[in-house]
Amino acid sequence: MSTLAVHDHGVLHHEEGHEHHHKATFLNTYVFSQDHKYIAKQFLVTGITMAFIAMTLSILFRIQLAYPDKSFPLLETLLGRFAPGGRLSPDFYMSLVTIHGTIMVFFVLTAGLSGTFANLLIPLQVGARDMASPFVNMLSYWFFLAASIIMLSSFFVEKGPASGGWTIYPPLSALPKAMPGSAEGMTLWLISMVCFIGSSLMGGINYVSTVLNMRTKGMDLWKMPLSTWALFLTAILGVLSFPVLVAGVVLLIFDRSFGTSFYLSDIVLNGKVQPYEGGSPILFQHLFWFLGHPEVYIVIMPAMGISSEVLSVNSRKPIFGYHAMVYSLIGITVLSFIVWGHHMFVTGMNPFLGGVFMITTLIIAVPSAVKTFNWLATLWRGNIRFTSAMLFAIGMVSFFISGGLTGIFLGNAALDINLHDTYFVVAHFHLVMGSAAIFGMLAGVYHWFPKLFRRMMDERLGYLHFWITFIGAYLVFFPMHFMGLDGVPRRYYALTEFPAFNRWLTVNTFITWAAIMSGVAQVAFIFNFVYSIFWGKKTVQNPWKSNTLEWTAPIEHFHGNWVGEIPTVYRWPYDYSKPGAEDDFIPQTVPFSQTMSSNLPHDFEDNPAGLEEYNKWTTANKANEEVK
Amino acid sequence: MGFKKLISSKKTLSLFAALVLFGTNILMAQSTGGTALDGSTTNKGVAWGSVGYYTLLFLVACLCVAIFGKILKVYDLTQKMQGKKGLNWNNIMGVCCLIFLIAGMYGAYWSLTVQGSMKLPISASVHGVAIDDMFDLTTILTLIVFVITQFLLFGFLFLYRGSDKRKAYFLPHNNTIEKVWTIIPAIVLTILVVFGFFTWQKVMDTTPEKGDINIDVTGHQFAWELRYPGPDGKLGDLDFRLSSPLNILGINYKDANSFDDLRADTLVLPVNKVIRLNIHAQDVIHSVYMPHFRVQLNAVPGLPTFFKFTPTITTVQMRQITDNPNFEYLLYCNKICGGGHYNMQKVVRVVSQAEYQDWIARQKPYLTDQLRQQLKMPVAPVLAPVAAAAKPAGQDKALANRLALNK
Repeated sequence: MSTLAVHDHGVLHHEEGHEHHHKATFLNTYVFSQDHKYIAKQFLVTGITMAFIAMTLSILFRIQLAYPDKSFPLLETLLGRFAPGGRLSPDFYMSLVTIHGTIMVFFVLTAGLSGTFANLLIPLQVGARDMASPFVNMLSYWFFLAASIIMLSSFFVEKGPASGGWTIYPPLSALPKAMPGSAEGMTLWLISMVCFIGSSLMGGINYVSTVLNMRTKGMDLWKMPLSTWALFLTAILGVLSFPVLVAGVVLLIFDRSFGTSFYLSDIVLNGKVQPYEGGSPILFQHLFWFLGHPEVYIVIMPAMGISSEVLSVNSRKPIFGYHAMVYSLIGITVLSFIVWGHHMFVTGMNPFLGGVFMITTLIIAVPSAVKTFNWLATLWRGNIRFTSAMLFAIGMVSFFISGGLTGIFLGNAALDINLHDTYFVVAHFHLVMGSAAIFGMLAGVYHWFPKLFRRMMDERLGYLHFWITFIGAYLVFFPMHFMGLDGVPRRYYALTEFPAFNRWLTVNTFITWAAIMSGVAQVAFIFNFVYSIFWGKKTVQNPWKSNTLEWTAPIEHFHGNWVGEIPTVYRWPYDYSKPGAEDDFIPQTVPFSQTMSSNLPHDFEDNPAGLEEYNKWTTANKANEEVK
Repeated sequence: MGFKKLISSKKTLSLFAALVLFGTNILMAQSTGGTALDGSTTNKGVAWGSVGYYTLLFLVACLCVAIFGKILKVYDLTQKMQGKKGLNWNNIMGVCCLIFLIAGMYGAYWSLTVQGSMKLPISASVHGVAIDDMFDLTTILTLIVFVITQFLLFGFLFLYRGSDKRKAYFLPHNNTIEKVWTIIPAIVLTILVVFGFFTWQKVMDTTPEKGDINIDVTGHQFAWELRYPGPDGKLGDLDFRLSSPLNILGINYKDANSFDDLRADTLVLPVNKVIRLNIHAQDVIHSVYMPHFRVQLNAVPGLPTFFKFTPTITTVQMRQITDNPNFEYLLYCNKICGGGHYNMQKVVRVVSQAEYQDWIARQKPYLTDQLRQQLKMPVAPVLAPVAAAAKPAGQDKALANRLALNK
């Protein structure tokens, strides 16, 4: 009943909308657009730009790790005082590591991924004309852009960008004299992050309310595609956890600028006794990781949703265990709030607390395992069509397995003692949330590119892009596990001071070249992306023969998505290769009355009238056959 | 139509190639000119030659990709013109997946055996053995899952690669199998959790024992300071407000236990004795990391912590085990702490009890004559290591402490 009412509202809105949009100007169409599809494109392009910047930063510090004693005059030409004599300075190395992590985690894999696909897919897949509040949605993008610009501007302040690691633990980040990056660079980091969280909240509230209130007729929650489910739960996670980081950040700003001691106590810096007393640096870590751990699920869940969708469409098979997939997403959402302490096993936190967090952490591995097995079962006996998007979704699953398994080591407090903050951790999270999430994002870009830009991307360049990146990422991160097992710490500017680590230098050089190779492969993507936007092959209505609602919307973009009435939904989105059906896909908008030959009793579980009809039809059919 | 396209594309390609050559010629010319000019002043100018070289290399690679792409397209088109089927990308990608599976598995095996053998030597502490057992168990279980799942993933991709002749098998769910693969991981993880929990509790056991050797380790940018108790076996109080150039740790000399606290440059530990490391930080968070002993705990300003462990292998023995005559145990910082983070280490040496007694007798106390003067305390008449014995006030305390210890 409620969906009906909302649906009517949508129509009304649409009619009003027509009057508004007669006055379409350049500014409100191409800059301050309130159309969710256009905002999605803005998020995507900004996200990709930030990804390229962060990738370049990573290659810079990889060069330092591979050639710690070599001087590259070009670096001095490009970076000036940050690379005196052609070698990165240790402080700037720290800045690179910090900003690489910050941009990748927040700006690319949170805003770039959720921002793009939640904006594009939620209204189109639930059947809404736009977000609940298009204006707030637009603001969300502009706050994100402002945050990005502020973050990047920190490269132009004298002492360089923030350099305390992306986790910005105080006192290092709270004391401007503790390292150059903790001066103005850190202030900009904090301002940028407050803007970013504003953006994320505005987006998240919109996504949640759109999913809850603006679904089309017939689209109940259990008929939503997994991509929408994942984006919806991600938005809930973000709305509940990001504000805690704001609290942490504001207290840090107080400590830095107004002389409070929330996080500071007993400090003697450079031989000078500081006046701070009574605070606790561990408090910040609790606040940070209360966001920080849900954050890694904010990063991976949209990738999971997108991959589920892409794997199902391209295997021409329903996703295996749809309900289990949704329940495991919900399980991950809930559990992700009570595992943050596993980042703090060796901080000196009460060991009993460590034990509790270890238990919750290993419990969260169960829904993740269920998801993996369900993906494998989806592929089993499929009819797999290797599109570029499919390959990236497969890559996502492979990385998620490889990286997820090492999480079982790190979630175990006893093992974490020796592995904490080593390259083992770097390998773990780059595979499980870095590579896996970026592959999910790329799968989404290749899959929904026709929806975004009305043209197709080149598949063969996509294949090239996939294989080089996929192999490259494994070559980069697999050897890092063993560096970690030898006790090589992360965030070291050079390993040269430790004779025992000399034997890892060749491995480091190898990793750097693998990273450069993967970096260069992204040129294939960016060329393909830009070229296809302007000159790609024009798309057809439903290029992947997919069931979901977005492919029923006209190819031409206009504010409001559908001409006339929004289509009604009759079935779940995964009726692929249903026995008895003519095609190997039945879109959600096809009623069961049109597919009598392929209906199953299972389709009418909560529909007694339909079941009766079905039984009548089957008995009639049987009778017919007997007559024949 | 196709041919026309081909001709035009050839033209563009050759144009592109010419442009590339021309461009690099200019670059090269610039670079030689540049070096000729700069050569006299500095030999550290930017090597534009090598920049140009790599740019050219990249462009050549792009060109190769473009040409290869065109060839594929032409092949595909001619096949289709002759009425044959074009390239079957599903088969090609399916085979690629199979090749990746085999090559990848071999690569993982190679990495595990060659690079895996470069990991830390056997644990040099009692609790470390339990951690290593835990690690081995987890490795075996996860490796089994890793191999099975990756085999299934890429195996399925090859086996079920797309074809027009087949239709996928409609299988939306199967409650039995879903229950099975929820419960099995749950059981395996429960086993790991239970073992892990007890190992963790054992490692973090905080009950104090008689005869523990208390050692203070304090981190600051970018070094570690060590403090050993003197003959009284007790460390004096610390108060950060008392820090000064002469008293960097801020030792409180109102506490008589602190008079004989010893300063050391190397963390020397007697073998098979329980060591209690008291961990402090002065400025930012550091982390005491001694991987050979499977010891790590953060040093947090304002939050003193401690880690108890028992070294079992002396440095000399470990040199034999690792077959490396220069082997040293190390303590280094493992929490980002500033620009010098990458070089904040301390040598750790595990020795026999006799060697330890000999070494500790030669260490000097923190309370130097200079500091005594500053604190207006009587300067010790004898520079013997047992400074406390000369001081009547300290003597009483020390005696009382010894008695307390013997109880």
